[in-house]
Amino acid sequence: MDVKDNQQHAFPGDVHPTASGGILVSKLDDVINWARSNSLWPLVFGTSCCAIEMMSTASAKYDWSRFGFEVARATPRQADVIIIAGTIVNKMAPVLKRLYDQMADPKYVIAMGACATSGGPFFYNTYSVVKGADHVIPVDVYVAGCPPRPEALLHALITLQAKIKAGDKREKIVIEKFVDSN
Amino acid sequence: MNREELQSAITALNADITFEEGGEYLTANIPADACRDIMQALHNLPAFEMDYMFCLTCVDWKTHLTMVYHLESRKHAHAVVIKSKLDRENPEIETLSDIWRTAEFLEREVYDLFGVRFIHHSDLRRLLLTDDWEGYPLRKDYEDPINMIKL
Repeated sequence: MDVKDNQQHAFPGDVHPTASGGILVSKLDDVINWARSNSLWPLVFGTSCCAIEMMSTASAKYDWSRFGFEVARATPRQADVIIIAGTIVNKMAPVLKRLYDQMADPKYVIAMGACATSGGPFFYNTYSVVKGADHVIPVDVYVAGCPPRPEALLHALITLQAKIKAGDKREKIVIEKFVDSN
Repeated sequence: MNREELQSAITALNADITFEEGGEYLTANIPADACRDIMQALHNLPAFEMDYMFCLTCVDWKTHLTMVYHLESRKHAHAVVIKSKLDRENPEIETLSDIWRTAEFLEREVYDLFGVRFIHHSDLRRLLLTDDWEGYPLRKDYEDPINMIKL
């Protein structure tokens, strides 16, 4: 882990040394984002072979609990992040939208693999596949691969953490878009 | 029975049966109107005792449709593939759902995606697609300008 990563994982703020130890000066927003990014609970959601890789990422060899993802929830009410692991077909799209709507804010989305990002191998000549899950719900991080290796998913999860720590909330992005378009 | 014995025994059932060379399984082409009688025999006769249908599907060859049945006997451990040509404009064949219960859903799936009508099927509705779906998506000439990007 290099210095940059160390900084990324460190508690946010500046330490001002005093005689009896030190005083930490930080912003509450930064602390909240730090806490959020280190305990992201994924939703148990997988629609095809990417789900197998996702399970592999969760299991002992890759072990995403090292980064705070261990508590996979079977209900969207308790989940923070939905990993779209697999093909989204037209029939599944309303279900995905509903799951996303049922998740409490703040919520994040990772599109895992070719199908979730673009329709992938089902882009041409298919009547049933949604050409990218971002037609249904907004996506924070895209992962390439068919299916992606567990390392790639771990990288996506770490990227999402960095994004959260950087403080760009989706609410803010949505509002900026809304302001721009008006 | 081994492959050769099975082939001669099936030939004895109906004179119009032809066999395909090659392939993992013994493959018999049978006329559609005799399909039910032959299948009944394959299921009931002690020599065959094909009590397990492990696949039922359809192929669109553009000129015609072909029904494909994979049968196996758990007792004798022999398997056979039965194929039957159907008219593409008016595909109809007798149901096998009362012989092998598994065919009930498999035939519904084939009806859903290829539009083959199974005569005397107890509940021939679409299985995967919505009830108001138009057309049969696994046919080669299926068009859906909204959802399909043609290559």
